[in-house]
Amino acid sequence: MGEIRLMKGNEALAEAMIRAGCDAYFGYPITPQSEVLEYLSIDATKRTGMVVLQAESEVAAINMIYGAAGCGRRVMTTSSSPGISLMQEGLSYIASAGLPCVVANVNRGGPGLGTIQPSQGDYFQSVKGGGHGDYHLFVLAPSSVQEMVDFVREGFDIAEKYRTPVMILSDGAVGQMMEKVELFDQMPRKTEFPDWATTGRKRGQDRTYITSLFIKPEKMEMINLNLQAKYQAMIENEVRYQSFHLDDCEYIFTGYGLGARICQKAMEMGREKGYKIGLIRPITLFPFPTTIFNEMASKVKGILDVELNAGQMVEDVRLSVEGKTKVDFYGRMGGMIPSPDEILNAFEEKFINGGAK
Amino acid sequence: MAKAIGDVVIDIERCKGCELCIEACPEETLGLTHVINSKGYHYAITINSTCTGCVNCALVCPEGIIKVYRKIEKKSA
Amino acid sequence: MSDMNFDRLDIRTDDCMVYEKPLDTLLDVPFHYCPGCAHSTVHKIFMEVCQEMEIQYDIVGVAPVGCSVFAYHYLNVDMQQAAHGRACAVATGIKRVMPDKLVFTYQGDGDLAAIGTAETVHAANRGENFLVIFINNGIYGMTSGQMAPTTLEGMVTTTSPHGRDIATQGYPLKISELLANLPGVAYVTRQTAYNAAGVRKTKKALQKAIEYQKKKLGFCLVEVVTNCPSNLKMTPLESNKFVEEQMLAFYPLGDIKVPGGK
Repeated sequence: MGEIRLMKGNEALAEAMIRAGCDAYFGYPITPQSEVLEYLSIDATKRTGMVVLQAESEVAAINMIYGAAGCGRRVMTTSSSPGISLMQEGLSYIASAGLPCVVANVNRGGPGLGTIQPSQGDYFQSVKGGGHGDYHLFVLAPSSVQEMVDFVREGFDIAEKYRTPVMILSDGAVGQMMEKVELFDQMPRKTEFPDWATTGRKRGQDRTYITSLFIKPEKMEMINLNLQAKYQAMIENEVRYQSFHLDDCEYIFTGYGLGARICQKAMEMGREKGYKIGLIRPITLFPFPTTIFNEMASKVKGILDVELNAGQMVEDVRLSVEGKTKVDFYGRMGGMIPSPDEILNAFEEKFINGGAK
Repeated sequence: MAKAIGDVVIDIERCKGCELCIEACPEETLGLTHVINSKGYHYAITINSTCTGCVNCALVCPEGIIKVYRKIEKKSA
Repeated sequence: MSDMNFDRLDIRTDDCMVYEKPLDTLLDVPFHYCPGCAHSTVHKIFMEVCQEMEIQYDIVGVAPVGCSVFAYHYLNVDMQQAAHGRACAVATGIKRVMPDKLVFTYQGDGDLAAIGTAETVHAANRGENFLVIFINNGIYGMTSGQMAPTTLEGMVTTTSPHGRDIATQGYPLKISELLANLPGVAYVTRQTAYNAAGVRKTKKALQKAIEYQKKKLGFCLVEVVTNCPSNLKMTPLESNKFVEEQMLAFYPLGDIKVPGGK
C-alpha cells in the first residue's frame, strides 16, 4: 500500500513526475495547470536533482523537451489548450525523430483564449495529431486524481517502449479537483542512456545524430512507414478501456475523462429507473478501443456519447460501430459541465421517447 | 639566411573553383585550370614555384582540401 | 595555364606537413555548400578547434533549419537537428540535463535573429552555458535569397527586390550588440572568415569561447560575418568583397564583450 494523500490533480501529477524519476520538466504558466510548475519549483530539484525550468514560452518548452529527450533523459511538460497549440510543431518533430516524452494537456474551454473551465475540445488535436504530417500521440485520458498519478509512470513506460511522445489528456476539473490518491514509491533516476541518444560521441565510433529531416522522399517514406508500424503495434497491444454492465446492457453510455465520470452517475440513475445501461470509458484515446464498440454494437439498441465539446470522440465511436446501432451525442461546450440529469434526460429523449426502433 | 620552401597538395576532384585560395596566396603560386574536374569545375593548381608554405590557401579553402608542406632550407654560404 | 610541374615531392613528407584538415572531427564527405561559401570554412575551423582541444567526445551540437542544417553530415560530434529558430531552446534542454558536456548551436541570421529571437534572447538572459556560432550572411540561404533580419539597408534580395526599404522593412538588426547587454552573456565577438587573417581570428575566438564554456562563465556568442555567393548573385571573390566593403562597414569586427569587462 503506497503512501495515501488527499491531493489536487495537478499537484498529484507533479508529485508522480518526481517519483517516476523524471530528469527534467520544462513548463510555462497557464491556467488551469500552473500548479504543476509551482509544485515542482518547491523542492523537486532538492529531492531528486531533476531539472525544473520555466521557459519563455510553450514553443521554447517543447523544444527544450526535444533537446533533453534527445539525450535519452526522462522528460515531461504540461500545459493547457492554447499552450498545447503552441507545442504542436515541436510534437511533430518529436514524433518524427522518435523521442520519448510525456506531455499533459489540462484542457480548458476554447477555441481562442476561451475560458479556464474544463473542456474536451482538444480531442481531435490530441488524437488525430495536431501538428503537421502523419503521426499520432499516444493519448491517455485520466478521469481521476489517481489516474493523473498512474498515467505519468505508465506514460513514461509507453514513451520509452515505443520512442514516442505520450499525451495525458486531462482537463481543468480533473486538474483542479482534490481526491484521495495512493502514491507509488520513489523510483531511481536513470543512469544509462540508449545508444541513439546524443550523450557525446563515443570513442572509436562516429557521432550519433537526431533529425527529422530526410530530403530524399524514398527515405522520408521509410520513416513514415516505420512510424505507422509503431502505431499499428500500439493498436494491437496497448488499447485500454474500462466498462460497466456490458453483460446485460441494452444501451451504452460512453465518454472519456470527466465526461465518463458524469456518465457513470447517469448510468446508475438510469438503472435505478429500470433502463439497462452499460458504460464504456476509453482510457487510451489513441489507440482507440475500436473492437469493444464494434462487438457491443450488435448487442445494444443504441450508444449515447457524452463529451464536453461539440462531438469529437463520437466520430471514432461511429467509425467503430460501423452503423450497426444508433449512435447519438450529448455535450456541453465553452467550459459548461453537463449534469447527470441532463444526460439521463437526453438519453430518454433520444432513445426512449424519441423511440429508438 | 634560411629560406622556407613550400608545396601544396590539392584534392582537385573536390575543388569547386571558388578561387579563394588564389586570392589568399601572397606569392601568386596558385591559378585556376582551363580543364575541369569530374564535377565540372575548373580547379586550383600550382602555377609556379614560389610557395613558401604560409598556409593561407589552406585556411581559406572552404572545402578543406589543401594540404601544405614547408621545409626550411639553410641557404648555402 | 602552363603545364609545367611544380610539385616538390621532396618535401611532401609527414614531418614537413604544416596543415591538413581535421581528419577525426571532419567527416570525409564533400560539402554540399555552394562554391566559396563560408559555412564549410567555419565547419572546418570549429572542428579543428574540437580536434586540437580533444573535446569531440564531450560536446553536443544543435543545427537548426538553414543551409547548415546538414552540419551533422560533416561534423563528427553528436548533434541534434532543431526546428527553425528553436536551437537555443533545444540546446538549453541538452545543457540542463548534461551540465558536464559542452554544448553549441550553429545558427544562421534568420534562425537566430528572426524566428528564434525569443529563444536566443532568453537563453542568453538565463546565462545558459553554451556556445552559439552565429553565421551572419545577411540573407536566407537555404530558401534561396530572401531578406534576413541582418540584410543591409538597400540590399536587394528576393523579398526586397527594390533594395531593403527601412520605412517598410525595418532596420538591419545588430543582435550581437543587443545580446551583449545581458548580464548572463559572458562573451560576444564578431569575426569573419573571408580571408586568412579572419580565419585565424575566428579560430582563436572559438578556442576562447570553449575555454569560457569550460569555466562555466555563461552564454558565449561568436558571430561570423560571411558571404552568400549564390544568393547575392556574385562570384565567391565578389561576395567576399561585398562582405569586406558593405557588411563589415555595418557589422564592425572585434570583441563586443569579454569576461571581466572589456
